[in-house]
Formats: sequence, C-alpha cells, structure tokens
Amino acid sequence: MSTTRQEPELRGRKVLLHDMCLRDGMHAKREQIPVEQMVKVATALDEAGVPLIQVTHGAGLGGNSLQHGFALASNEAYLSAVAPKMKQAKVSVLLIPGLGTMRELQSAYDCGARAVTVATHCTEADTSPQHIAYARKLGMDTMGFLMMAHLNDPDGLAKQGKLMEDYGAQTIYVTDSAGYMLPADVRARVAALREVLKPETEIGFHGHHNLGMGIANSIAAIEEGASRIDGSVAGLGAGAGNTPLEAFLAVCDRMGMVTGVDLFKLMDVAEDVIVPMMDHMVRVDRESLTLGYAGVYSTFLLHAKRAAARFGVPAREILVELGRRKMIGGQEDMIEDTAMSMAKERGLLKDVGRKAA
Amino acid sequence: MKKIKCALIGSGNIGTDLIYKLKRSAVLEPVWMVGIDAASEGLARARDMGLKTTAEGVDGLLPHVRSDGIQIAFDATSAYVHAENSRKLNELGVMMVDLTPAAIGPLCVPPVNLRQHADKLEMNVNMISCAGQATIPIVHAVSRVQPVDYAEIVASLASKSIGPGTRANLDEFTYTTSDALVRVGGAKRGKALAIINPAEPPMIMRNTINCLTEGEPQQARIIDSVLSMIEEVQKYVPGYQLVNGPVFDGRRVSVFMKVAGLGDYLPTYAGNLDIMTAAACRTAEMFAEEILAGTIQLRATEAA
Repeated sequence: MSTTRQEPELRGRKVLLHDMCLRDGMHAKREQIPVEQMVKVATALDEAGVPLIQVTHGAGLGGNSLQHGFALASNEAYLSAVAPKMKQAKVSVLLIPGLGTMRELQSAYDCGARAVTVATHCTEADTSPQHIAYARKLGMDTMGFLMMAHLNDPDGLAKQGKLMEDYGAQTIYVTDSAGYMLPADVRARVAALREVLKPETEIGFHGHHNLGMGIANSIAAIEEGASRIDGSVAGLGAGAGNTPLEAFLAVCDRMGMVTGVDLFKLMDVAEDVIVPMMDHMVRVDRESLTLGYAGVYSTFLLHAKRAAARFGVPAREILVELGRRKMIGGQEDMIEDTAMSMAKERGLLKDVGRKAA
Repeated sequence: MKKIKCALIGSGNIGTDLIYKLKRSAVLEPVWMVGIDAASEGLARARDMGLKTTAEGVDGLLPHVRSDGIQIAFDATSAYVHAENSRKLNELGVMMVDLTPAAIGPLCVPPVNLRQHADKLEMNVNMISCAGQATIPIVHAVSRVQPVDYAEIVASLASKSIGPGTRANLDEFTYTTSDALVRVGGAKRGKALAIINPAEPPMIMRNTINCLTEGEPQQARIIDSVLSMIEEVQKYVPGYQLVNGPVFDGRRVSVFMKVAGLGDYLPTYAGNLDIMTAAACRTAEMFAEEILAGTIQLRATEAA
C-alpha cells in the first residue's frame, strides 16, 4: 500500500474524464431535462474538450418506468439529438442488466452511442456477460461498472472485475454509488483490481460527493492506477452529486496530469449552463450526507423525500432503514414500501380491508 | 390411488425443488431425473430420493418413456434446448410443463388461465418466470375490474436463489415476463424489472406490482379483487403475502407482495423458486386429475 506517494508522481499521467451531467444529472432533475438543453450542455462539454459524455435516462437504457420515472424524451430521442453534434466527444450510455436489454443497446448504438457502461451490483457481475459481449460485438468502448463497491471487500471486488474483463469489458470501474468510501477504501479496491486485471485493461472510478470526498477519492484511485474518472460539471448528479468535474480538473492541472480538457471553459459551463439548470442546489445537505454516512444508494434521495411527504415519515429515517435492510440500486419500489411499513408501525396508516360483504 | 408418472429434466435448483413438491402430490409421482453431467450433485440427490437418473440428456430418457409410463415431463433446463426436448417427448405423447423462458407453448398462470389450457388439452404449457407467477395474478385482478393501460413489476430476488442459467440470460427473463404481463395479465403494455440482492441473511423474494388504470381506479372493487386473488394463489403457495397496498396515487395502483417459500430445497427466502415449482406442480396436477378421471387422454403429436 502506497500511502506516502507524493504529488510529482502523477505529473504527466493521462486521465480520461467522463462526464455524468446528462445521465446521473438526470436523477437530480427528476429526469426532466429537455432535449434542447441536453444538446446545449453536451455541445458546451464537447467544446471544452471533455472526451466522453454519458447521455440517457438516469437509470440508463430501459430506465423509463414507474420505478425510475419517465423522462421528457426517449433515450433514442436524446441520443439522436446529441450524438451528431459532437465534434470530438464520444457519447456513452448506461445499461443495468435486469432493467436494460440488448435490444435497447442496439437501438442506442443505432442512435450514435459508441461507449457503454454495463453496471451491476458489486457482487453480481455474472448477470452481465451477454450485454458486455454484445457491446464488444458492436465495437463499443465497453466499461464494466461495479456499483455500491463499498459492499464488497477488495479481493471480492477484484474477482468480480476479473469476470467482467473475461466477458470482454475493457475498463473496470470501482463505483462508489453511496458516496460512502474514504480514500483508503478506494486505494485498496483499485490496487486489488490492478493486481488481477490484464495490463491493458483500464480502471475507472465513479464517485459521489456525499461526504465531500469525490475529488480526494478520485486522486487516490489514480495513484493506484485508475485512468478514467467519472464526474459531473458542477456536480449535477444523484445525492450530493458526482465528483465536481471542473474542480477535479483544476486539481489535475495543478498536479500536472494530462486530460486535454480546458479548465476555464469547463468552469464556464458549470457556472453559466449547469448551475442555472438546477432545481435544487446539489450539495452536501442533511439527507445527502445521510446517504454517504449510512452507505445508501444516492439515487434514493429524492424518492425518499417524496415518500416522506406522502406518508409522514422523515426522509432521514427512511434512508437509514433502507440502509439497515440492505437495499441496493434498483430497489426504489422498496422506498415507498418501507415508508408505508414505518407509517403503519407509527399508526399513520392502516392495512386495507375488504368492504363488508 | 394411481398416480401419473413424471420425468424432471434439469437437475439444478428448480428440478430438485420439484422432486419435493411432486412427492407430496396426491396425483403425481416423480420417476426420472434427467441431467447432462454424471458427476452432478443434482443427479446424486435425485438418486438418493429414489428417482431413476440419466446423464445423457433427454435422449437418455426416451427409451424408458413407454416402459415406465411417463406421461408428464417438467423442463427446467434452458430456453435454448427446450424446443428439442419438447418435440421429442411430445412425439411420445408426453405432456410438457416448460419452466424455461422458451415459451413455445401457451403461457400459464394457474389461477388466471389453467382451466382453459386443460380444456384445450395443450401438450406444452409454459410457466413464464418466477416473477411472472408472482405478479401476473395481481395484474389480472386489477384488469378484471377495469382496463389496465400499463403494468410494471419489480422482482427483488436473493442472490443465493438465482442459478447460473438465469444470471447469464437475464434478457430472456425480462422479455418473457414483460410479454406475459400483457398476454396473461391483461394489461395493454407491460414491463418487468429484476433486481438481484446479495444481502446476508438473504432477503425474502419481494414483488412490487404497479398498474396504471384507464380512468380513475375503482378503489373498493380493486381492493376486493386483489385480496381474493391473493387467497387463490395461497392455495398452492401458502407463503404468498401482501405487505402493503393496494395503494392508489392518481391512476397508479401499487401492490407490494412478499413470497416466502416452503423451504423444501432452498431456504424460505427463495420464494421465487417455490412459486415457480408450485405453479408447475399445480398445472401438472390439473392435467393429471383429468387423465385419471378419464376426461382427457394425451396423444402423441405428429412427428414433424
């Protein structure tokens, strides 16, 4: 373990920035980003030199649902509008097996997506072989994404990453979906992956800023060999947002890392384009801090707030209970269910009964 | 009392659990277990439970079908080999209960449409998926009250209860279940989501059913219909329980179910396994009752 590494070691290191505003940011916007606004954001990111931009419903392909909300447009409509406008950036999509399917991946490819993040919970990589293989067959830049990575130990996570590599993934991500990890947690997991993966397989890190650790964790990941970092400009993403990309870029510049992205342009995108779009200030607040502290999936935040308003149980208590019940990404239905069960225990809600016959 | 003799194809979780269910049946008797790996635990377990076994796949069973009087077979292999298995056995007059997502025969959810299939003397019926068996009765309970524009279900399954076949072929599970929400559940459009949760101790199978009704939901009638449907399912899956709902939000009707298994082969958290095997067993029993009563007679299909 290399806890004593110094700044200069990263000088000259190439890091690929992958922006999440138009995918993870969809969560923070309750999936309500209009097509024109997506085009505006993506064009500005492209102009600033961001090489990879994720565009879809917050839950990715197949995400339009009662479970995850309906976006203003279909994934195909967003992708078809954005992809042709890109001068240098590649457009990526998210696919979570069990929600998205190969049919939807084909359709996204047909609309211009050329990279895909295939995401599973950190212990369930073996639900992804058909999707990873299909993405490779299409010639897409294929990333395997191990979500809620704090719930698997470094060796366990490395085994899961190795499975995804075997299926054909070219990059393996440590994904801190809950914004729970601390730099030592990140280091241990990235190092364990580096140990087992082929040298040509890249490692990525996807952070959430719930404990304010997004940038520090991303740097820790790079120190152990990660070369792709997810973030979002102005942090527009679930929970307290993703690693704020313009701030991370400033740190990269200071440390002499090579990203090919223009800092001042990215700062302008954050200030002039993204911040005015926000429905609420995406920041560390009582509930998003609870996510990071309790290790709960960041996307649960707004759902918990809605359930709190509907059933009269505080959002923080719902989030803590979800953490105790070990609910994972995709189980948004269990937020309403948990809130109802808590409301019943508190005498705020009754079981239904049959009408007297 | 005479029983109808059955063969089980596939010696994984589902096939093994089926042995327990069939052994309890008043009208079915498990006789053969078919696998493809002579060293597999599943075949050894079947032998210990008194079944004849072959590791040569369905071809190893065919020569014994007539002599052992096999009339019903359960296929718990994969969608890819099911069609061939079914063709070979149908030709010998064996009725197939398909537990793979192949769905070449009509889809069957016992409290919704089993009677129709038995009356039509179908030689192959498909059991859809565990999520389908757990959610379609509820969708049907709503759609028999008023039209359902869209049904969406979420199945949360314990990681330990999901075998390698399902994991490697999640898309087939999604497609088959989504399609059945429409064709059997009666919704105009359907979507199925599956989540595999690795929590320890394993979580009990959960299912959330959301229906968007056409027009304002008729709340009292929907509640009555759902509650009586749950009682129907409980006749063959005692651990099928309502946790929350039906709850109404505009046109959205939500029902939150939990399915505890009987703990036959896998522990009780694996309600997904039980609801599938129990539904398959219930289906075979209805055919068996009719065969024993002489009201139906299985016939060999024409060789293609």
